[in-house]
Amino acid sequence: MLLNILPQVLVDGLTLGFMYAVVALGYTMVYGILEFINFAHGEIFMVGAFVGTEVLLITDALGALEGMNPFVALFMTLIIAMVLTGALGVLIERVAYRPLRGAPRLVPLISAIGVSFLLQDVVRFTEALARNEFYLNTPTLFTSSISLGGIATIPAKGLIVIVLAIVMMLALTLFVNKTKWGIAMRAVAQDRSTASLMTINVDKVIMLTFLIGSSLGGATGVLFAQNYGTIDPYIGFILGLKAFTAAVLGGIGNLRGAMVGGVLLGLLESLSGAYMGPLTGGAFGAEYKDVFAFSILILVLLFKPEGLFGEAVKEKV
Amino acid sequence: MKKRSHISILSAVLVASVALTGCAGGNSSSGSGGNSASGGSQQPAQTQSGSNSGSASPADGGVIKIATQTPLSGNQSSLGDAIKTGAEYALNQRKEEFKKLGFDLQLFPQDDQADPKIGVSNAEMLISNPDVYGVVGHLNSGVAIPSSVKYEEGKLVMVSPANTAVKLTEEGKKTVHRICARDDAQGPKAAMYAKNTLGVKTAFIIHDKTAYGQGLGDQVKMQFEKDGVQILGYEGITQGEKDYSAVLNQVTAKNPDIIFFGGLYPEGGILIKQAREKGYKGYFMGGDGLDSSDMIKIAGDAVEGVVFTSVAGDVTQTEEGKKWAEEYKKTTNKPLETYSVYGYDSMNVILNGVLEAIKANGGKKPTREQVLDAVHKTKDFQGQFTKVSFDDKGDNINADVFIYKYDKSKSNFVGKAQ
Repeated sequence: MLLNILPQVLVDGLTLGFMYAVVALGYTMVYGILEFINFAHGEIFMVGAFVGTEVLLITDALGALEGMNPFVALFMTLIIAMVLTGALGVLIERVAYRPLRGAPRLVPLISAIGVSFLLQDVVRFTEALARNEFYLNTPTLFTSSISLGGIATIPAKGLIVIVLAIVMMLALTLFVNKTKWGIAMRAVAQDRSTASLMTINVDKVIMLTFLIGSSLGGATGVLFAQNYGTIDPYIGFILGLKAFTAAVLGGIGNLRGAMVGGVLLGLLESLSGAYMGPLTGGAFGAEYKDVFAFSILILVLLFKPEGLFGEAVKEKV
Repeated sequence: MKKRSHISILSAVLVASVALTGCAGGNSSSGSGGNSASGGSQQPAQTQSGSNSGSASPADGGVIKIATQTPLSGNQSSLGDAIKTGAEYALNQRKEEFKKLGFDLQLFPQDDQADPKIGVSNAEMLISNPDVYGVVGHLNSGVAIPSSVKYEEGKLVMVSPANTAVKLTEEGKKTVHRICARDDAQGPKAAMYAKNTLGVKTAFIIHDKTAYGQGLGDQVKMQFEKDGVQILGYEGITQGEKDYSAVLNQVTAKNPDIIFFGGLYPEGGILIKQAREKGYKGYFMGGDGLDSSDMIKIAGDAVEGVVFTSVAGDVTQTEEGKKWAEEYKKTTNKPLETYSVYGYDSMNVILNGVLEAIKANGGKKPTREQVLDAVHKTKDFQGQFTKVSFDDKGDNINADVFIYKYDKSKSNFVGKAQ
């Protein structure tokens, strides 16, 4: 009986894990280049979820959503959300981080925490004004589900999350490894001052990092809203914290590590939530899933402080 | 330059604060009629203990504020606002009555944001304001329990329209009252209904780790065990999360006849939606935390057939109640939620207590303690919907538990849970 649900648990864990993974990329990219944690990243993800939901709600109110191909609607939503959250990321960097670049590392961290509270309340305020409530239900574009040989069902929306997350990660990997800008990013990550001597425009590279990281976060927000259907201004906090954890688990500053860490954390959560209760005879139930997941994290960091993929050599991004 | 502007701001603040305390000082004078212009007096306001006899004329008995403390923002605000609106409606109807006695009756609504810390700091503020004579609140037991510690300090009477946690009145606080039933009535009656009427043999219990949710879940679990319903699982979820597939995978594996959820609609709505998506076919039942029009918005079509118990009955079941509801909607311009009428009745219980206390005090502004005593002695008060008689703990001995069931568009009253 317990093994019967294993495939389903894995599917759910993967869906959650890939979302963590893409959000974790945003944390890791910024850390790789600037060596500080952009704590507002979880809120950028949240803004993406709201932008996506609003796009769909407005399209629906105009009566245009009914006849639209769901894939067209999804890509329209994704592109709008990515553009807006990318711009938001660049703006935040320009306003809240760049002036502090020379300051001690704790200062931009505090600034980031401030930005995240600001974003939460701005969204709460605007939604409350516009719709009189600030937790929204996203119109679901995909309602079908695919049965995997009777052992598990994967909802179409979950499959889309996984596929798109993989696409985004592959695209990012290719970008970083194969393009001129990607090489510039890696150079800046490795040594900022030398990179600028080599005629790399460091400011532009940092802007680009924020643009890409934030738009990926925003896109994940759209996918999250599609998958779970209900959003509020506080979803970024828990998810951001877990994605950050995933980035640390994989080795902060390491792209591959963030991806693996995210998927791993999602799976850990799903497995512990489903099996801890039955295996411990009800002594430790699903409510301890986060405790369990974070205990694993602590264990990993005790034995491998640089994370799973982090290297002692500073070859970041 | 900079320094000077600082000083000017400081002095402005100082002037303002002096003016404000002056005002407070002015208010505290209990109608010593001719003695006007006490504006400058810097004395902190004090409650009158009715000892200064003679000079007080009822024409300016002073301000009587009744507070409400419920979540007015956040995702439980639809229930919180309904309580506040109901209380406000009751208060506005009786403004005249108090004016005749020479008192200016005012509502003093507070937002506890469903957060214990904020509830307590609001409570601090309320007990320090001598014009506040009672509190209608809270919505959440988890907020009410710590806040009531402060009310007890300030001898400020609290009448709750919605708190069901047993602990609230079991701590022996004299100030705490409620007009609704307790969890230890709600839980067992819910479980009995599930067994006797729905005919379930196996159950899976989920709670949200709050005082309310886990309390209710535990009560249901105990009753099921007593009645021989098999408990297949007992799990907690985290409020605010959106993905409950981990727990729901356990549910689908064990396939219980019923999921009982102790918690509120933001989580309950998502739970039933995701459970149905996973192909769960059984009953889904919860407590009054699922009682909100937002439950339908969140769960969508999955809400159909969801059963919940409520300590709140449906006021529109009787002709007279229907009339009241119509007037309420017309006057307040707000939708009628189940708790609207409880906010209304709670307010009236307090106002009656205040009236009694005024009478006992010879028409003068009473002390908080006198109001507390009067409210505590309430017997057979027939509110709009509830009959209220407080026992010594502050529980209402006439409280009932009711059953509701959702269809796709609304919740329907099924009957009293026996």
